[in-house]
Amino acid sequence: MTTAPLNRSSVRGSALRRRALKTRGSTLLGILFLAIMLFPIYWMVNASLQPSGNTLSADFFPWNPSFDGYEKAIADQGRNLLTSLIIALGAVGVTLVIAAPAAYALAQFKFRWISWAMLAILIAQMIPGVVIANALYAAYNNLGLLNSIPGLILADASHAIPFAILVMRASMMSIPASIIEAARVDGAGQIRAFISIAMPIAKNALITAGLFAFLFAWSDFLFALTLTTTDEIRPVTLGIYQYLGTQVSNWSAVMATAVLSSLPAIVLLVVAQKYIAAGATGGAVK
Amino acid sequence: MTSLSTDPAVASSQRSGATSEQAAPKRRQGFWARENITKILFVVPAGLYLVLFFGYPVVKNLIMSMQDYTTKTFFTGEAPWVGFQNYVTVVSSNLFWPALLNTALFTVACIIGQFVIGLALASFFNRHFPLSRFLRAMLLLPWLLPLIVASATWRSILDQDSGILNQFLGTFGIPAIPWLTSPDVALLAVILVNIWVGIPFNVTLLYGGLQDIPEELYEAGELDGATGWKAFRHITWPNLRPVVSVVLILGVVYTIKVLDIILGLTNGGPANATQTIAVRSYQESFVNFEFGVGAAFSNILILISLVFAVIYLRANRRAVDE
Repeated sequence: MTTAPLNRSSVRGSALRRRALKTRGSTLLGILFLAIMLFPIYWMVNASLQPSGNTLSADFFPWNPSFDGYEKAIADQGRNLLTSLIIALGAVGVTLVIAAPAAYALAQFKFRWISWAMLAILIAQMIPGVVIANALYAAYNNLGLLNSIPGLILADASHAIPFAILVMRASMMSIPASIIEAARVDGAGQIRAFISIAMPIAKNALITAGLFAFLFAWSDFLFALTLTTTDEIRPVTLGIYQYLGTQVSNWSAVMATAVLSSLPAIVLLVVAQKYIAAGATGGAVK
Repeated sequence: MTSLSTDPAVASSQRSGATSEQAAPKRRQGFWARENITKILFVVPAGLYLVLFFGYPVVKNLIMSMQDYTTKTFFTGEAPWVGFQNYVTVVSSNLFWPALLNTALFTVACIIGQFVIGLALASFFNRHFPLSRFLRAMLLLPWLLPLIVASATWRSILDQDSGILNQFLGTFGIPAIPWLTSPDVALLAVILVNIWVGIPFNVTLLYGGLQDIPEELYEAGELDGATGWKAFRHITWPNLRPVVSVVLILGVVYTIKVLDIILGLTNGGPANATQTIAVRSYQESFVNFEFGVGAAFSNILILISLVFAVIYLRANRRAVDE
């Protein structure tokens, strides 16, 4: 391009300029679309910084930010946020421990019934949560698991386990059988081969599955609503619902709690974009 | 499952045990048998979990729907068998048909809205411009937030008196609309919010599908004069079809079970205007404590999902084969 004759380069120059203008226009349009889509989230942050009160008449920008809402949110919901955090971390652990070996087996071992297992996993993903809640309430009632953190961890893992198996299996399929065999020849058992070879290679998928397990459990509302009956164990999603239950009396506190509950998603989308983007397509199609 | 017992490796594992210190080939069989057990152990936790947390609930719901299962059951342990009585109660309740109609309206409207906007945005981002990758990733945010957070935020935006949406519409002289308090518009409001939540998912999958269409097809099409709309109709759409069917069917399966958004925004009200089958199931079980009736409602939900699941699996298989 640098060696192009002068007269042609000027023609090309104007074409390039037009193209540059067009892409700049696309970027601006893209920013506009994003701004429209994310406006509700901006509004949530804005409303959380308005002075306390039962009215919503907020300015377009928090010129005089007030942190009253956050003070009240942390006083009311601090404990619930902590409960949600413990449950979400627990669900990550349960999900990975259960799903990773299964994903490895479904990717590497030649079981005859693999297509049936895959079918069962796909169908499991489609079962409405209210069906699970209905049955678990009765079972948990008998087992004494209502109003308990382990009970919620196990239930919340159901949001993630089928998805995690699919995402990790897809990644473990690409591990060449020869690498595993080489390790086996060197005397490594199946479990050693899985832990010290497959897991490191599939690290990215493991992270993706873990992050989504966290987000799914953190966002869970249905099991929080149905599998707790007292105030003792109350995830923050349920806290927000109860704020909303009657006429809302303090919007800035509600919105501050909403912002605090959105932090994991926002932070992960910024710092772990690669993994989130991988997970967004991973579990759905194949 | 029956094929397992004819599997020589498994059969030999049943025979072996004490015989492991015999001739070399036999020992090798024993080795493979132990190996097989280790292999099985990899899937046992997941298998057990799927059975307990997905299989058991489905079966339990089927049984519960045939029982008079109420709060009393938890004290007496008795759940009298009532056959199809709960289904009769469900179908003859005056909320059933409105809820079914709302479910259909909600699902169809959400799918159309999400899909059309999703496809438009996916095509737009397919142009690749500076920052497009970053902007597309940020677009995922509404989908990643807890649904109850989305509900709370939209409740403040849709508030009749001081919500920002009515203030904005007011500048065009449109009178304040009681979005969540009037039975006439509540379903529409719930649909709009759910479309907002679903757009990122649609954009992501459709964008992936657009990426898989080879650039050469467009170059060849351009030579034949197929650009713009023509290119979309004759190149993009036919090639995107497998992804489109997967997106639409998954959309249906995920949308008919939506509960968080509706409970957070309207709780099924006002005047039952936003009742759906999923909301009925929840309220019968956990508000009225009529677990049998709730289970009957949720089985109807499963039945509808199952129809679409079968269509999905067929479409997906075709998409993978092609």
